[in-house]
This record gives sequence, C-alpha cells and structure tokens, in this order.
Amino acid sequence: MSAPNPYLDDLSKGIIKENPVFRMLLGMCPVLGVTGYFINGLGMGLAATAVLIASNVVIAALKNFIPPQVRIPCFIVVIATFVTIIEMVLQAFQPVLYEALGVFVPLIVVNCVILGRAEAFASKKPVLRALVDGVGVGLGFTLALGILALVREVAGQGTIMGPDPESAILLFGQGFQPMGLFGQPPGAFIALGLLLGLTNVIFKKFNI
Amino acid sequence: METLLSIIFIYILVDNFVLQRFFGICPFLGVSRKMETAVGMSMAVIFVMTMATLVTWLLYTFVLVQFNLEYLQIVTFILVIASLVQLVETPLRKISPTLYQGLGIFLPLITTNCAIMAVALLAVREEFAFIEAVVFGVAASLGFSLALVIMAGIRERLELANIPDVLQGSAVTLITAGILSLAFQGFRGMLTL
Repeated sequence: MSAPNPYLDDLSKGIIKENPVFRMLLGMCPVLGVTGYFINGLGMGLAATAVLIASNVVIAALKNFIPPQVRIPCFIVVIATFVTIIEMVLQAFQPVLYEALGVFVPLIVVNCVILGRAEAFASKKPVLRALVDGVGVGLGFTLALGILALVREVAGQGTIMGPDPESAILLFGQGFQPMGLFGQPPGAFIALGLLLGLTNVIFKKFNI
Repeated sequence: METLLSIIFIYILVDNFVLQRFFGICPFLGVSRKMETAVGMSMAVIFVMTMATLVTWLLYTFVLVQFNLEYLQIVTFILVIASLVQLVETPLRKISPTLYQGLGIFLPLITTNCAIMAVALLAVREEFAFIEAVVFGVAASLGFSLALVIMAGIRERLELANIPDVLQGSAVTLITAGILSLAFQGFRGMLTL
C-alpha cells in the first residue's frame, strides 16, 4: 500500500462518499427542476460543473487576497461572473438546451453546492486540490442529475434522449402509455425520494 | 386589477414556487422540521423577496437597460439580494436572538435561496410592469410560505409515524413533498396569465 493520495481522495469523495445530491442534499432546485429529460439533466450538470471548477480554482488562487470579513460577497461575485459566461456560451452554442433550462441557468449562481465548496474547501486549500475537488463534486452532481433524469424520462415519457423527436429513442414501442406523473412536478419529488431510499440501502450495504 | 389578482392566485396556488416550480427547495427541506422555524423563515423570505423584486426591478429598468448593461444582470441581482439579507440579519440578531438561533444557518443562506433570485429574474423575463412585479414578489413569497408551513405541519406529525428504516429523513420528506405537490396539481390550468 502506498501512502494515501490526497488528490484521489478529493476526487472520489465528491462522487460517492460526499455526493452533493444523494448525501448532502445540496443544490436541489435544478436537480428537481430540469430532470424531465436526460439531455437537460446532463446539460445542467455539466454547466454547473464548469462553473464549480472555474470558481474553485479562482477562489483558491485568490484566497490570500480576499479579506475574511467580506469573503462571501467576493465568492458570489466570482461565481456570478462564471455563471454569466456560461449563460452566454450556452445561448450562443446550445440555444435549444438554453431554452429548455430556462431560468435555471442564471440560477446556478445560487446553487449551494458551488458556494458550499468555495467556503468549505477552495478557500482553504491549494489551487490544484481545489481543481480536483471541483471535478469530483461536479461529476457527483452530474451523475445524480443524470440518474434522476434517466429514471424520470424513461418512466414519464418512455424515451431516452428526448424531447427532440429526431434523437428520441422510443424504448417500448408506439403502444406504450408512459406514467405521466414522473414527467410532472410531483413525480420529481417522488422519484428523488425513492432514489434516496435506494442509495441509502446501497450505502448501508457497502458500508460507505 | 384583474391581472394583479390573477398573479396573486397563480403564484400562491396554481404555480406554487416550491411545489410546482422547484425554487427554494433547500430551505423547504431544511427548516420545515418545526413549525416555529418554518414561520420565522417565511417571515424573513416574505420581507427579503418583496424588497428584492422591488429593488432589482428598478435597478434593471432604470440603470441596466438605460446603459445597455443587461449582461451584468446576474452579478447585480445577487449583490442586491446579499445586501438585503444582511439588512434583515443584523436587526434580527438584536431583536429576537431565539428566532435568530432557530433559523441558524438558513438566514445567511437566504442569499443562496434560489426562490429569491428566481423572483427577481422572472419579474424581468416575464416583462411585468412595476406594480405587477411587486405583487408577483409578494405572491411568490406567500406561496413559498404556504408550502413551507404546510410541510412543517406534516413533518411534526411524521415524527410520530412508523417509517421504514431506509426512507428515514430526507427520503420520506421528499416523497411527502411529492404527494403535497400532487394535491396542488388540482389547481393546474385554472388560470393563466
């Protein structure tokens, strides 16, 4: 056994042990709001990951220059800057996704996961570790969004890769009657609640 | 007048901010364990949300649009909200330390309450006039409070219920929220703007 590698640990804990959605219950608004379709969930996860990585790196780099009394406003300005950039990029290159995500794109700025990592990790650790932490937590967030979106799309629409009819794959053929509930708001809550129960079982079984 | 009344009705019941639009889920799950904190949180949100809509609308219309600075929208709005939260927090700590203790971490976290940012952004996106925007802010915050208070009532009773081991905690709260949301689906389509 070699000495424990802090980078590997930073990377993996965000994905499983401290998964922002399944374990920490942070950043739930986009998790519930955009997971009607797999593509939207994935897009939202990646956009938030990009902001998280960028803000983690910048905040870790600036940690010695930010006065501790006004650190939260400073963090928020950094995060808001990157959210503005991501919003413009999405609007320019992914207009369909941008429309589908709607107001949840600017709302990345108030995602507790990002501010939480800035406060708890990036503001205390070196740049490289903050980067790895951003990647790990971002992947964990994207994973959770992807799983929930997949469940909701398969159950609620009977497709994968919708809503665009050209890319949508009908899983159960034409005669399938989807469970509309899972496409609707109540279904989001119920599906996430059941998924949390399932992850609880898995975590308990493997003693994580 | 008709528009104002429909805005109130829509954003309290039909398009409830928490249960139908998924804004402000973190405080909804976080402070709904006890009725007392839920009511306190609702008060803080009602105040901050109304003020935030008012200030951000004026800033957006009379400063950002005038000078073609719309791209600064996110930065400006979040700073306005953060200052407003500070404005509530400081007197509350002096006036009611018990309530301050009860709200705990969630008071500074109102800054990252998506519901407040969402109201500010949507008021601009939906192109509401000034009065409409303010009424929208009030209605959205009342909708938030309604959901939060109902949820707190349910969770106080849920404490005594016999819940399967794996669903303890957040899982059963989310499923309860889903059933509550299902009830609010009954209002769906009653009114649109």
